[in-house]
Amino acid sequence: MADGNVPPSARAQRGIRVIPRRIDVFRIFCWAASVATVGVLIWIGVTILQAALPAISKFGLGFLTNVAWNPVREQYGAGAFLYGTVVSSFIALIFALPLGLSVAIFLSENFLPSAVRQTVRFVVEMLAAIPSVVYGLWGIFVVIPLVQKFGPAISETLGFIPIFRGPVIGNSMFTASLVLALMVLPTITAISRNALVAVPNTLREGAYALGATRWEAIFGVILPSASPGIVAATILAFGRAMGETMAVAMLIGNSPRFTTALFQPAGTLAGLIANQFNEAEGLQVSSLMYAALLLMVITLFVNLAGELVLRRTQRMTLGVR
Amino acid sequence: MTSPNTPTQVSDKFFSGKKHKLAVLRSLGNRALTILCCLLALLTLVPLFSLVFLVIKNGLPLLTWEVFSGLPPAAGLKGGGFGNAIQGTFIMVSMALVLAIPLGVLSAIYVNEYEPYSRLSNTVRFVAKLLTGIPSIMAGLFAYGVVVLAFGSFSAFAGAVALGILILPTILLTAEQALLGVQTAYREASYGLGATKFQTIVRVVFPEALPAIMTGIMLAVARAAGETAPVLFTALFSQYWLKFENLDSLVNQPVASLSVLIYNFSTVPFEYQLQLAWTASLVLLILVTIANVLGQLVFSKKP
Amino acid sequence: MSNDAVNPSPTAMHTAATSSQAQPRLDLLSVRDFSFYYGSKQALFEVSMDIPERQITALIGPSGCGKSTLLRNFNRMNELIDGTRCEGDISLLGRSIFDPALEVIALRRSIGMVFQKSNPFPKSIYENVVYGLRVSGEKRKSVLDEAVERSLRGAALWDEAKDRLSESAMGLSGGQMQRLCIARAIAVQPEVLLMDEPCSALDPIATVKIEELINELKREFTIVLVTHNMQQATRCSDRTAFFYLGKLIEYDETNRIFSNPREKQTEDYITGRFG
Repeated sequence: MADGNVPPSARAQRGIRVIPRRIDVFRIFCWAASVATVGVLIWIGVTILQAALPAISKFGLGFLTNVAWNPVREQYGAGAFLYGTVVSSFIALIFALPLGLSVAIFLSENFLPSAVRQTVRFVVEMLAAIPSVVYGLWGIFVVIPLVQKFGPAISETLGFIPIFRGPVIGNSMFTASLVLALMVLPTITAISRNALVAVPNTLREGAYALGATRWEAIFGVILPSASPGIVAATILAFGRAMGETMAVAMLIGNSPRFTTALFQPAGTLAGLIANQFNEAEGLQVSSLMYAALLLMVITLFVNLAGELVLRRTQRMTLGVR
Repeated sequence: MTSPNTPTQVSDKFFSGKKHKLAVLRSLGNRALTILCCLLALLTLVPLFSLVFLVIKNGLPLLTWEVFSGLPPAAGLKGGGFGNAIQGTFIMVSMALVLAIPLGVLSAIYVNEYEPYSRLSNTVRFVAKLLTGIPSIMAGLFAYGVVVLAFGSFSAFAGAVALGILILPTILLTAEQALLGVQTAYREASYGLGATKFQTIVRVVFPEALPAIMTGIMLAVARAAGETAPVLFTALFSQYWLKFENLDSLVNQPVASLSVLIYNFSTVPFEYQLQLAWTASLVLLILVTIANVLGQLVFSKKP
Repeated sequence: MSNDAVNPSPTAMHTAATSSQAQPRLDLLSVRDFSFYYGSKQALFEVSMDIPERQITALIGPSGCGKSTLLRNFNRMNELIDGTRCEGDISLLGRSIFDPALEVIALRRSIGMVFQKSNPFPKSIYENVVYGLRVSGEKRKSVLDEAVERSLRGAALWDEAKDRLSESAMGLSGGQMQRLCIARAIAVQPEVLLMDEPCSALDPIATVKIEELINELKREFTIVLVTHNMQQATRCSDRTAFFYLGKLIEYDETNRIFSNPREKQTEDYITGRFG
């Protein structure tokens, strides 16, 4: 820069300096990792399918409806457990949805100061972080006694509905559902809250400007706009509840007997596997793998549905890829 | 103020009659719903407080050095602890991280930096989402079928494979978000200076994304430490320390873990074992909380 | 195409350029019948122009006219966007920049770029300046130190930054950040400096400084400057190209363009009737 015009020759080499072409090895590594990730899911599916094949060929689709699970006579049917899986998750949602949605609304509105909301948010995140087995332990010492104490009263008052009839047992479908509700609550809250927060403020202001009260705005405008996200939250929570293993295995009683009574021991697919796999042999292992395959297909399907709803919602509200 | 048509008169006229009554009702309903919503929200705090309180109350009395150094007592006996379970959890979580971090982070780099719109990348994103929803017990069955049967023994490695599968999507998805959060301007500046893709990723993009990736890894640690179902059929449980002699030690013997210890001891009729389960829960809860808080702190450090 | 009528032929242009200069100027960059597409949308229509060395060439025109697109093609930055393609050719000193044997990173080391919004890395000032050298494999401390001083001096930032080289670049002011980006670009001693509205995010005082700097840099570098600001084009550039709707409408010496535009569209634009 010192002397006016720098002659072109001052530069070491004019034009484009030639650089040897190199293969991006790192890219190959990254590609391989991606393929491996996809491969893992397929590998899991294939492994379990292979192990389940003997049971599949023996019991066929009757496995889904047959309610007898009898290792002594080598008769296996997952009907009761399938029922238990779906019903326990469904009851959990009945409890978790209103609560989770309330928390989501609470977190997205300014009823109480921000510090309180942050605390509640932290607490809900903590709920998600607590290990399943700790929920199970807590359930044994808190929820089971509660059910034993208040169950008979509920059974008597609601006895006109068949599912509430019968003697009340602590290790029951009802107990497991209560704890499951607590465990899926964070899922519902987190996704619903995101959906509520994503509702454009102009909609809310529009409702206020027309003289709506806060709750008229929430029920009339905000919840409907956020409903796809809330639906997705519910579906994903359902999937999570069905796959939940340890807490359920510790609380539901793991009974292979089919019953519709909520205060009776029951079983779920995941709980069945956790409970019996280590002692199983031969056809029982294969049948447990069949049950696992069933659970995998169901949860994959449910999660797929939830993910698709969620993706559509996001595309609508945010326009992300 | 003395004019006949003062504002107060106008509003008196306005705020009376049928319309006004309806407004009062609506406002009351509004307040009731607000209170209901707050109550329901606060209700969710009750179980958590109950849980944390019980874990501390029942777990604290035994929280002594003996618990960390001792081995689990045989049925009905007193004394001892779960040092081997802490060791096992630590070993398996570390191995799971060694397996899952490279896979997850490299996939995230491929998906976000190399081919954001390719079919493979979309598939990877989708598979990661599906893997997050897969029941954790599947990972256990898979590792049983692939590792335990192959080596002929329950092992730390089998447990680590199962846990690794479980945390892979967490790491992949948070890493992808972290990379997505790096400004395009940095990439452009780097390419504009003649950097290769690799140089851009390693020198500019990755360091920027690192804090957020670390958060994901800490979340994964918290998750892996608490999981039971995946290690139940893979690592099983052991009454003894894992004696590390060579790499074979990781594949030829069952290993204890905190979570399986809690599961095993939760249903036994012996008071001391139960207390150990509570204490193990306390230790696990503390570990999980530390991992979570650490993750959040690392993340919030980013300007 | 009608472009022939609009664009003066390369030779004519060359004579026009040389006539006013003491020594003949070499055409460093040549654009030939260059068209560019974002997906199905065509952004540039058969543009042809030659950019002489060690001069400042300004590309002006209303938003979306293709001036930035052309600029980002000179160092093939547009390839980073999915679904783009081009026809025609651009060459640097007679060598096509699209030559398949040519590594694009080599091209980018020869053609530096300064972006609209200053984008220093979240690293120290020193590391920012030496980034281009480091990625091309330079490890010798003496070379790097020398390059830092030379580049920062070249970018008129040395006096302000010499005592804080190890501090983060994020602590600099907006104008300083942009000068740091210029220093970073000239550290690798490129042939050409591409500047994409380098002052649009800066206050007037910082703008003046950058403009002075650009005039200084022309002694050593060939500069292509995209600008929205017509005063800036008149103040800084030797030659001006006016783009409209993806076509090169007029390209001549800056004085000629602004005093006596040949095309009606150019006149309308520079007199502020549209854009």
